[in-house]
Amino acid sequence: MTPTRKRRLIIVSLVLAAVAVAATLIALTLGENTNYLYSPSEVHAGHVPADATFRLGGVVLENSVKRASDSLRVDFIVTDRFKEMPVQYTGILPDLFREGQSIVATGKMQGDHFAATQILAKHDETYMPPEVHDAIDKAKHAQAPLAGAAPEREQ
Amino acid sequence: MNTLTYWFHKLGSPPTFHRIATRVEPWCLALALALGAIGLYGGFVLAPRDYQQGDAYRIIFVHVPCAWMGLFAYAFMAVNAFIALVWRIKLNEVLAMASAPVGAAFTFVTLVTGSLWGKPMWGTWWTWDARLTSELFLLFLYFGVIGLHNAIEDRRQAARAASFLALVGVVNLPIVHFSVNWWNTLHQGSTVRLFGPSKIDASMLWPLLLMALATHIWFFASVLARARAGLIELDAGKDWVRKLAQDDAS
Repeated sequence: MTPTRKRRLIIVSLVLAAVAVAATLIALTLGENTNYLYSPSEVHAGHVPADATFRLGGVVLENSVKRASDSLRVDFIVTDRFKEMPVQYTGILPDLFREGQSIVATGKMQGDHFAATQILAKHDETYMPPEVHDAIDKAKHAQAPLAGAAPEREQ
Repeated sequence: MNTLTYWFHKLGSPPTFHRIATRVEPWCLALALALGAIGLYGGFVLAPRDYQQGDAYRIIFVHVPCAWMGLFAYAFMAVNAFIALVWRIKLNEVLAMASAPVGAAFTFVTLVTGSLWGKPMWGTWWTWDARLTSELFLLFLYFGVIGLHNAIEDRRQAARAASFLALVGVVNLPIVHFSVNWWNTLHQGSTVRLFGPSKIDASMLWPLLLMALATHIWFFASVLARARAGLIELDAGKDWVRKLAQDDAS
């Protein structure tokens, strides 16, 4: 390798290393601030400033969804399986919304409940045909009949 | 000089590369189209419906291979940019610049298909979570490389300046890939995993992998075509290009 090429190799490698370090530092600094959502436990622990708009993430608790008969108002409980948070929302819900589904609600605290202005469904990375899902469900119920997992709605 | 370095040097010379690329390119194109047709048929017709999303999940057969290609094209561009910067090899400058528009197109398709899927499934077209934001940043990096390459008059200087930007932007690649693990995002985690079992049923996995193979081959066909044009443009007036033009005319 000629001296010129060696020099260029060193310079380019150094620049690349410097950028990598800078990016790592930025990523670490952003850390918590880039968190897209807070869990009910974090809200209860007081990690969210009062009167701030934030995103609440968790699972819709089974048998907690109550729909108003005369409006689009929905009441339900979001849980991370440790703490729970009642949520109130008026509007159209996404297709994947149902009990046992992960959701992300945007809004702010109003007294002891969370008033949502937007509800997004969080999808997981699992894909399978309905028959496979049924078989897994059956196997789960056979294994733990008292676990109390509510049957999921089929589409 | 041993045989390997001999071939390496020979392939790096524009006339040889042009000759080989001209021969390989149509095969790549035909193979990519054939595999893509089988993959799309498998994904849209043969694969079963998803237990949660019904038929809407089928966008995965376009979205995920394109997302992989957006990252792969950038990595390919960055490796060529590195070689171009250190060794000043003309062919690598051309290859790096040829892959930028192709990668940008794949990234654009990823963002559009993801948005179309996000509206019915998540309930929104767009959200500023780490995965979506870093993917948008990837598209802008591609635009930056293309723009810089077009902004400078001297073609070789332009390629080296754009190569530098391409190389610096490589730090975004791990951020795009690992954003779903490092931060809480609305976007789901990786479905197909290199290590450990994939989270997708085998009946849905094979069209996805076939589509991934097809898009890779398509990428190479596209880059070869662009690189051929780029080399002819750079070497216009050189003997081999003049000969090429004469052969074409007669």
